[in-house]
Amino acid sequence: MNHIDLKEREAVRLTHLQRLEAESIHILREVVAETEKPVMLYSVGKDSAVMLHLARKAFYPSPPPFPLLHVDTTWKFKAMYEMRDRMARESGMELLVHHNPEAVEKGINPFDHGPLHTDLWKTEGLKQALDLHGFDAAFGGARRDEEKSRAKERVFSFRSASHRWDPKSQRPELWNLYNARKAKGESIRVFPISNWTELDIWQYIHLNDIPIVPLYFAARRPTVERDGMLLMVDDERFPLRPGETPVELSIRFRTLGCYPLTGAVESEATTLPAVIQEMLLTTTSERQGRAIDRDAGAGSMEKKKQEGYF
Amino acid sequence: MPGSLAQQPVYEADGLIAEDIDTYLDRHQHKSLLRFITCGSVDDGKSTLIGRLLYDSKMIFEDQLATLEADSRKLGTQGQNIDFALLVDGLAAEREQGITIDVAYRFFATAERKFIVADTPGHEQYTRNMVTGASTADLAVILIDARKGVLVQTRRHSYLAHLLGIRNIVLAVNKMDLIGYDQARYEAIVAEYGAFARSIGIEDFMPMPISGFKGDNITTLSETMPWYRGPTLIRHLETVPIDVASDQRKPFRMPVQWVNRPNLDFRGFSGLIASGTVRPGNPVRVLPSGKTSTVSRIVTQDGDLDVAVAGQSVTLCLADEIDCSRGDVLAAAEEPPQVADQFEATVVWMADEALLPGRPYWLKLGTRTVTATLQQPKYQINVNSLEHLAAKTLDLNAIGVTVVATDQPITFEPYADNRQLGGFILIDKQTNATVAAGMLHFSLRRAQNVHWQALDVTRETHARLKNQSPAVVWFTGLSGAGKSTIANLVEKKLVRMNRHTFLLDGDNIRHGLNRDLGFTDADRIENIRRVGHVAKLMSDAGLIVLTAFISPFRAERAMVRAMMPPGTFLEVHIDTPLEEAERRDVKGLYKKARAGQLAHFTGIDSPYEPPEAPDIRIDTTRMTPEQAADLIIERLIP
Repeated sequence: MNHIDLKEREAVRLTHLQRLEAESIHILREVVAETEKPVMLYSVGKDSAVMLHLARKAFYPSPPPFPLLHVDTTWKFKAMYEMRDRMARESGMELLVHHNPEAVEKGINPFDHGPLHTDLWKTEGLKQALDLHGFDAAFGGARRDEEKSRAKERVFSFRSASHRWDPKSQRPELWNLYNARKAKGESIRVFPISNWTELDIWQYIHLNDIPIVPLYFAARRPTVERDGMLLMVDDERFPLRPGETPVELSIRFRTLGCYPLTGAVESEATTLPAVIQEMLLTTTSERQGRAIDRDAGAGSMEKKKQEGYF
Repeated sequence: MPGSLAQQPVYEADGLIAEDIDTYLDRHQHKSLLRFITCGSVDDGKSTLIGRLLYDSKMIFEDQLATLEADSRKLGTQGQNIDFALLVDGLAAEREQGITIDVAYRFFATAERKFIVADTPGHEQYTRNMVTGASTADLAVILIDARKGVLVQTRRHSYLAHLLGIRNIVLAVNKMDLIGYDQARYEAIVAEYGAFARSIGIEDFMPMPISGFKGDNITTLSETMPWYRGPTLIRHLETVPIDVASDQRKPFRMPVQWVNRPNLDFRGFSGLIASGTVRPGNPVRVLPSGKTSTVSRIVTQDGDLDVAVAGQSVTLCLADEIDCSRGDVLAAAEEPPQVADQFEATVVWMADEALLPGRPYWLKLGTRTVTATLQQPKYQINVNSLEHLAAKTLDLNAIGVTVVATDQPITFEPYADNRQLGGFILIDKQTNATVAAGMLHFSLRRAQNVHWQALDVTRETHARLKNQSPAVVWFTGLSGAGKSTIANLVEKKLVRMNRHTFLLDGDNIRHGLNRDLGFTDADRIENIRRVGHVAKLMSDAGLIVLTAFISPFRAERAMVRAMMPPGTFLEVHIDTPLEEAERRDVKGLYKKARAGQLAHFTGIDSPYEPPEAPDIRIDTTRMTPEQAADLIIERLIP
């Protein structure tokens, strides 16, 4: 390390994770200080796990002064519901669960309804929940490295009263000064972990021993292969097509969503370092396991965001 | 694919990941972070360079690569080769236009460091995006097309990077492949840039000849340019010292974000440390109140800390119960930052609607938001020629130097010393848009190094002792309107009621305290400012203060009102029409003014701005001075 200047060595050297952590905590506190009714969108995935952990750090010894909101589709993995309820208990935070009544009534499911499933349960469900409770700021766990159009979104992302995002009129964000002022009816989506990468998330979970859903680790699970994706048969609602028989395979998930839409990878990684190792050696991107990005080809995520998807 | 992939370097030790993941993770955990920006003109190959950095650092996965290859054939500008630019040009509209129109943040890592790249546009009208990207950057890569040399845009990017306080500049002379790797041409460009850089105060920069397209000197030294002795771009980025030590050596400052109060036994002050180092036992001062205490604990969820440094988010507990809330700054007790309300600043205008001098905007600096007004710019800077131009306002992407006045004193440091306490944004009060970014240079008060001393005997103590509510009754109106006469009557009546009063009269003050001031607009403003402060001090001492000054301008009367606690300032408009005042002409001044013997006489050749909503309006053509005095006392002492 002889290239590092002597002056630098005398100082306390903050690692990139320490700097990211400090930045995220700063963002979380700014929102609490400057908005009236914030909420944290909690999707139970690894990014949510990190975001929740940061929130608990930011306000310690107080519990985070906002509730958790899970916009549920009823089609998440069982293990996700267990983790969600456990984390709400441990953090001492209120947990709000929203089910879009229209989707409940119509029995919307990913097997029969395709893109409508995501649209009604998630996109519409989220807007309903925010309106219902009158939240003016919602924390989300999106990262800029996930997808090209995310790379340009601000940390504070404003939504019109009808929840639309306009990528052309974003407020400039300078230094660590965030402008949280908004008109009545407008709301903000805030992304405290914007600058984290997938590797940072895993490393931070590892270093801080943050609980995550066991599905991220390999285990033998019943699977079927369908349309090029390896799906897990998580409950009896999974309709098997003629000729399909669940096969026990050692699998894990790189990303978690609705079980019928989330592809697994075959893996033997049962520890975090092993998972990270696989992640680093793999050659496909994280979102590839999600059916959502394939709906409309290039630019589909950007389109969904303009419509109000998180 | 370009042939240079054959000499593809490896950023991360792939072998290590496969063989010893724990060692790899341990290394990754200890990496530092460098934030940098890339600036270049539209065709300098900036997106290609960033695309290559991501590609070479394996931030591109197979599926993304497949999309990239398909897109390259469809939209690319590189024929059958991979167009790296397509990797980073995100939004659909931009992709069609073929240019980057916003700031995007990209991430990659090497074995030594993690990098966050702000990809900022080179397009003429997007100064604001570059300023945004530069505000958080430790280093700037200025790209030059070797075929074109130093362009107007190069000067602009360099000036902006320097203005935003970036000390590490890399001059990347790109597209060397297109000039046949010509050393002489390269050196000429570097010499030309060097002369320019020195002229704007850039002391040092690191030049390097590269080809983003071919990969020369990006991650591996170019075999075609053996004459180049410096490091590769990546090697430089991962080894350039980030000056954290100097940030930590500066005096401690932490803007308070949030007061953490889970129960009556705990009160902590949360914030991100802007500079310096803090330890339990350190004496600290709360700014702007000036109260002092000692840090008792540095609280985090992982346990109390023995020391915390610039860049960390912490919660501090103090030994004493003192007032401290969001917007205050906790600072080293013996080396506190300055507190002021008037500054010289450089402002970058970022909104379509131009700056309106005198209009109140929200100003956010650190965690404090106050109302601020800007004067007409002293000058605007032409970012291309760097000339100073006269300007009445600032339009979108214009940069100017101006005076910023805030309605309350704020704690600050010059931007050159501290980005966190010197950088601010302006917010439009109607639209809530962020309309400008600014950098404070210095305060305009001579008393900039005078700090508020917290006093134990307060305004309230003085008032209680006198058994009255202190107030300032501000009489305004034309010369000869009757201000002094009525104020005098009011005071006599108050004294009879055993009230402690003092009358500040315009003519009398001009014989003493303000004998150095004349009657120009600037002197009139200073006259009122001084009187306002004297009135403030006297009311702090518990007195009911009456003032009789023409005080012709609304802005200054508003300024004085803002100095006083709410509800203690009573503006009384002695409303006598000009004709009537001139007819009375008690002191014979109107006659002199009309004869041209008195310049700057209010109502004649100097304007009077009547109050729009005075607390009390006295129409002297309809009531006697006696009636007027009674009316005022009724309002003052209900």
